[in-house]
Amino acid sequence: MSDAEALIELRRVSKHFVSTDHHEDIVVLDDINFSLRPGEIVAMLGRSGCGKSTLLRIICGLTPASTGQVLYRGQPVTRPVAGVSMVFQTFGLFPWLTVLENVELGLEAQGILMAERRKRALAVIDLIGLDGFESAYPKELSGGMRQRVGFARALVVNPDVLLMDEAFSALDVPTSETLRGDLLDLWLERQIPTRAILMVSHSIEEVLMIADRIVILDNNPGRVKAELPITLKHPRDHTAPGFRRLVERIYEIMTATAGEPQASGISHRLPSAHVAQLLGVLDEINHPTHQGRADLPALADALELAVNDLLPLIEALQLLDFAQVAGGDIRLSLHGQAFLDADIQRRKMIFGEHLLRRVPLAGHICRVIDERPNQRAPENRFLGELEDQLSEDEAERVLQVIIDWGRYAELFAYDYDTGVFSAENPGE
Amino acid sequence: MRNPFPSPAILAGLRLPNRWDILLLPLVFGGLFLLAWGGHRMAVPYAFGEQLPISLDPSVLPEYALRTTLRMGIALLCSLLFTFIYAKLAVSSRRAEQILIPLLDILQSVPVLGFLSITVLWFVHLFPGSLLGPECAAIFAIFTSQAWNMAFSFYYSLRMLPKELYQVANLFQLSAWQRFWKLELPYAMPGLVWNTMMSVSGGWFFVVASEAITISDQTVLLPGIGSYIAVAIDHRDLTAVGYAILAMLAVILITDQLLFRPLVAWADKFKFEFAESQEPPQSWFLELLRRARLPRMVLALPVWLWERLRPFAPRRPTFRLPLPKLRDWRRVDPWLDYLWMVLLSGAAVASIVSLTRFVLTEADDAEVAHVFLLGLYTLVRVVILTALASLIWIPIGIWIGLRPRLAQRVQPLALFLSAFPANLLFPVVVSFIALHQLNPEIWLSPLMILGTQWYILFNVIAGAAALPSDLKEAAANLGLQGWLRWRRVLLPAVFPSYLTGGLTASGGAWNASVVAEVANWGSTTLVASGIGAYIAQQTIQGDHPRVALGIAVMSLYVVLFNRLFWKRLYAFAQRRLALD
Repeated sequence: MSDAEALIELRRVSKHFVSTDHHEDIVVLDDINFSLRPGEIVAMLGRSGCGKSTLLRIICGLTPASTGQVLYRGQPVTRPVAGVSMVFQTFGLFPWLTVLENVELGLEAQGILMAERRKRALAVIDLIGLDGFESAYPKELSGGMRQRVGFARALVVNPDVLLMDEAFSALDVPTSETLRGDLLDLWLERQIPTRAILMVSHSIEEVLMIADRIVILDNNPGRVKAELPITLKHPRDHTAPGFRRLVERIYEIMTATAGEPQASGISHRLPSAHVAQLLGVLDEINHPTHQGRADLPALADALELAVNDLLPLIEALQLLDFAQVAGGDIRLSLHGQAFLDADIQRRKMIFGEHLLRRVPLAGHICRVIDERPNQRAPENRFLGELEDQLSEDEAERVLQVIIDWGRYAELFAYDYDTGVFSAENPGE
Repeated sequence: MRNPFPSPAILAGLRLPNRWDILLLPLVFGGLFLLAWGGHRMAVPYAFGEQLPISLDPSVLPEYALRTTLRMGIALLCSLLFTFIYAKLAVSSRRAEQILIPLLDILQSVPVLGFLSITVLWFVHLFPGSLLGPECAAIFAIFTSQAWNMAFSFYYSLRMLPKELYQVANLFQLSAWQRFWKLELPYAMPGLVWNTMMSVSGGWFFVVASEAITISDQTVLLPGIGSYIAVAIDHRDLTAVGYAILAMLAVILITDQLLFRPLVAWADKFKFEFAESQEPPQSWFLELLRRARLPRMVLALPVWLWERLRPFAPRRPTFRLPLPKLRDWRRVDPWLDYLWMVLLSGAAVASIVSLTRFVLTEADDAEVAHVFLLGLYTLVRVVILTALASLIWIPIGIWIGLRPRLAQRVQPLALFLSAFPANLLFPVVVSFIALHQLNPEIWLSPLMILGTQWYILFNVIAGAAALPSDLKEAAANLGLQGWLRWRRVLLPAVFPSYLTGGLTASGGAWNASVVAEVANWGSTTLVASGIGAYIAQQTIQGDHPRVALGIAVMSLYVVLFNRLFWKRLYAFAQRRLALD
């Protein structure tokens, strides 16, 4: 199919934010090229913070791209367009409107008369399995029913393109499976006029169940890392060998890094991982069923973690040199084994050594505290340094991670009230 | 409240008015008639300086009460309109926000009766020969007691509105008009209703105070409860004072039952929460409105007409407001920012210079210093009284708040008491002081906090009632008792909500000082030295530069006191004591 037929086309789309104090750019999305063609469901897969939700908002005209262009049917998108509709992760329902009124909202905005509005809304409500709930307020509904309202509201305007921003991730597993299945049936039976669906997700199994094509996004900055056509026939079976192979393949792509994983400098975006979680993962790898070398999908299953939650932990283990990842498998390193075998006090020591050796920010904080005559340093100093390269929120998150790790390793103390790092422990 | 009447389901098919309508009709028509009549009486011919006869006969009180309420209602409508426009402007652009929000902060600190002293003559000139002039001045004063607080509430709601809902609205291309009615106003509704209620509570005080104005030695008495009581004071008539108090109680009770309770119960559906509330507020009047068919038909009429007329109108309504275009807010030209700051600073300097010049036409440096000293006296009073009220009401409030059944009963009572204009009680206290020749410097002071202390009680009860039961149980389990329990559990838990009450109470006390530091009983005048008394006395003499000086100094004190004391405590509470 040629690009001229594409419903949505992205041409070299980038998005950057200006950092708070300096005029340096923080790149969120970098040079994204992509097209969505009629008749396909495409899934964008990426870790949290890779800018995939921002990308959806650029596509539907809610946020402008910094550079590059988004085309809808060949026309540049500069504001929300009627043919593109979206389903939100946290539903985005108006709690003061009933189900019917919520669904009618988009039609009302188009100036459609009451009688017609009602007819169309009721038809969609019927289709999506909400009949009987027309007069209910969203707060009376369960999560799954709420998201059905979200779908009904998005579909009632007869969109060409339906965008789904993590539409199932706020729901529990059985609910999301049912809803996903229902949606897929409507799509396959052509009961909805939608011509293409673009979904964003962080769940590998979810996208493999419905997508015809998967786009994997890298993070820091968000880039297209790989594209994977999925040719499995519906209905798909998540235990089938072909399915499992794809899961492993995707894990492999998502964890593949260029060369040795190493912190890039003091403003390296440290993954959000608590020490207790890291120990849990190490424990599981060391478990007799895995014997120090675990298959990532199997590890995720055993720990009951979504890939989105597992990947930061894996990254942290690699960063601290406690484990290595290759070909979709994770292996305990010698240091990792030693860390796991040690007692509580010894673990703290090992963790501290690795922190100083592998995470430049930890060493930097210790050095600054040391150089100060009173052995104290305010957090604003470090936040300022981080904000040169990171957004304000991200800088705060990274500092929070290092505080957690540093406290565990007893490298430094941190006082919440005053926001001061110091060498000694309080009360000593 | 459980509805005692049987369900009207049997009547569901009928389009005819039902029995609820029969109950409602007289209420509605009665209300309309009273509105028309009261409105007519407001515009009667009047020459400034003329004395309108105020009768002390209790039979005129219903009329006076109506006219007082009407003033309040008009002021409230103006406040709402102001709130919408001001808050929307403030969120429309960063530059507007930079100036409008601090301005609101300052306006809030200006004593309400100060606005009255400054504007009354201007309004009289605006409507020569009509009572509308003084009426407008009074209404404006009430407006200034309500509008700032409501505008703040609406502004905060707009700022807090979840980004996702805005995105939904944009995605489905709601026009700015639709967005306001479907999204912004509903989201802000619970906060706005609550603040309106608080504003009206505070407003009664100023209605009463602004009806009897003495300016340039001319006394204007607008027919109303405030004037009634002023005349009663002149005649040393305690019985009449009692009648006025009863009339006011009735007015507050009626507005509470017919306006605010229904509003609060109705606004509950706009709460932005996806869990069903435990005990939604109830109102019999709202129930009546919901069951009657007439209101629904009246409300449906404009929609019905609109839908009928639409086919004849052009396909796309031409008045559709433009959709917001995509803009990157982060890209701001720093030069424009500098220019804006220079412009603002220039305007600020110019106004300081002109105000100083205006003040110095009358007062000299020594007097300015003296006014600052007077401000200090009032500050001391406010601090001591707020502390005393806190000392009394915090323990009582906690005690009540920990008993849910009791709290449910006392909370509306505290709210009710806070609505009662304390200045109606002044004559009772003042006659006592005059009789026993007590020192006014001390004994007039409690009047300042009389009306606003309830905010402390009210908020402390709310804070204690919201204390999570697992904290209470943990404290009991650890055997925390006595002072330790108060210090480690109860006081920190109610502190954040106490601050809201304390700030309101102390703000109210500053405002009340203008009325409370000078008091009359017949021909006896009691004066406590303070900046409130200064403003009141200069207003009577019509000395505008001195009034301006007094107001400016008091505003300065209030702003500084709030910044240096309350705001800091707020920051502390937010950091340390927030229960997430």
